[in-house]
Amino acid sequence: MSANSPTDDAADANGSTDDAADATDDTGSDDLLEVDGVVKQFGGLVAVDGVSFGVEEASITGLIGPNGAGKSTLFDCITGVHDTDGGAVRLDGEPIHGRSPTEIARLGVGRTFQTPKTFRGMTVRENMAFAAKRQTGERALGALFRPGTVGEEEADVQARVDETLDFLELDHLADDYASGLSGGQRKLLELGRVLMLDPEIIMLDEPIAGVNPALTDELLARLRELNDRGRTILFIEHDMDVVMENCDRVVVMHNGQTLASGPPSIVQDDERVVEAYLGGYD
Amino acid sequence: MALLTGWLSFFITVATIGCIYGLLTLGLNVHYGYTGLLNFGHVAFFAAGAYASAIVTMPPPSQVTNASYQLWLNLPMPLGFPVSLAAATLVGGLLAFLIGLTSVRLGTHYLAIATFALAGVFGDVLVNEAWLTNGSFGMNSVPKPGRAMLSADAWQLAYLAFVAAALVGVYLVLTRLMDAPFGRLLKGVRESESAAKALGKDTNVVKLKSFAIGGAIAGLAGGIYAHYLGSVVTAQFVPHVTFTVWAAMLLGGAASNVGAVGGAFLVVAFEESTRFITTAYDWVQSVLPEALSGILPALFGPLPNNPSFVPSMRFVVIGVLFVLVVRYRPEGLFGDPAEIDALGEED
Repeated sequence: MSANSPTDDAADANGSTDDAADATDDTGSDDLLEVDGVVKQFGGLVAVDGVSFGVEEASITGLIGPNGAGKSTLFDCITGVHDTDGGAVRLDGEPIHGRSPTEIARLGVGRTFQTPKTFRGMTVRENMAFAAKRQTGERALGALFRPGTVGEEEADVQARVDETLDFLELDHLADDYASGLSGGQRKLLELGRVLMLDPEIIMLDEPIAGVNPALTDELLARLRELNDRGRTILFIEHDMDVVMENCDRVVVMHNGQTLASGPPSIVQDDERVVEAYLGGYD
Repeated sequence: MALLTGWLSFFITVATIGCIYGLLTLGLNVHYGYTGLLNFGHVAFFAAGAYASAIVTMPPPSQVTNASYQLWLNLPMPLGFPVSLAAATLVGGLLAFLIGLTSVRLGTHYLAIATFALAGVFGDVLVNEAWLTNGSFGMNSVPKPGRAMLSADAWQLAYLAFVAAALVGVYLVLTRLMDAPFGRLLKGVRESESAAKALGKDTNVVKLKSFAIGGAIAGLAGGIYAHYLGSVVTAQFVPHVTFTVWAAMLLGGAASNVGAVGGAFLVVAFEESTRFITTAYDWVQSVLPEALSGILPALFGPLPNNPSFVPSMRFVVIGVLFVLVVRYRPEGLFGDPAEIDALGEED
């Protein structure tokens, strides 16, 4: 029966793999999201090799690392897209690894994708409203026989959609099809959809990659504003300046492992990080 | 008691079959147009409904020639009619649910092959399980509800009115569903399953529901068809039906219920009109001046005097219609090009 209890297995198998790599990490039980020795293999390739870090509640945490470091794979492991081969992921202390992406999203983990997966054949408004939770009208019988409830809920949902689109300054595009949006607008729309889901933690995979500078500043301002309102954000980013300026904590991944983690100023000066990621001096 | 004259009778037949195909196309549109499910086994749900209706209303085998079925309910008409249609709807939906359980996790093209194959298996079951379906003899005494009270012509008209009402009813129910958040849910799953999952939606359940609803509508169409023809034979339920319904949906425009109904009428009208090819040919020849009478035979040759000529022309007509639509209006007559932009693509 132990095969059905990944928590125990994981703790036994990988509880100590991270110690050496991650001297500065202070994974504590007060973290909202805990990644604890997560391993993911694809055949002989170990994409994620015992990564551990914590994401504090109401913080902005940056996840950085060279291409192929395993950042997006780790995102997929946290959100259930991939089954992990070891380790544990906990949200509010509750293990969430081994669950389906649907369940993990419902538990409060919202994410975007490196290549935005907007619903192209739907309007911006429909994209947003889709993500609202617990809609009576999503059930066929509810939609047919409870028009009153569905109407009230839909009015609430649409009000939130308007509010969120306003916040993201996408309101003028509300009735356009998502297929007509630019790359940057799609990233914003994906963020908007995640906000409609109202998750405990927002995970963004390269939210500003390919976005023009003006929109980048806009997007980062929005993220900080969300953080000021108490949202917890974990995002993958390559631009060191962006990471250093906007993050409370930084986690550096390299070759599937955690190289360092901590406040930006400390991580920035870490020799291993400089060598692996920043390209070294002289 | 005079039979309706040729043209009127033809129109009533086309309209009735058109309504039945309209229902079938609405069902497929739930699968493909709204949910993006490539269902190439639609005829199975149609057949399941037709056989369900036949089984609950057929008289005992002792009263029927060539009967070997062992299950019949002999529900009296006309009161048994709604029960029969309810059974057809239920069985169509149930079969779709079961096929969905096995295949719904498959993506796009894999699902197309799985549904096509499972529909083939279901067709074989219908031929071979004679205790249930009377095998290849078919069930040829399905009662026509109200036929005893009406003349042949009046019954044709009354049944057309009923079928049209059923089509309108299903159309209204679907419109309500698709305008509700339920429709939004289906469309999101159509557009990107992984995004839908990441937003907390259980896509497999959504796809199963879509499968069952579309299958139930096809089952209802099957029941209506069985009571219209008065007989249910396995040879009626061939893959050609599935492809005709696909043609209707794509011609009308996927993800549009108006398009589904319009496309169905268009395809049925074109298919049925092929029977006039010979008449039209002869008529043109008879009115052309003698000097020109060599042109048509020179272009087309004399029309073959072969019983399979007209049926095979149906494929040609549908093919030509298809080419025209794909070339000049790929989104279909009533489709929205922005909406079906990415239909059928993987994430």
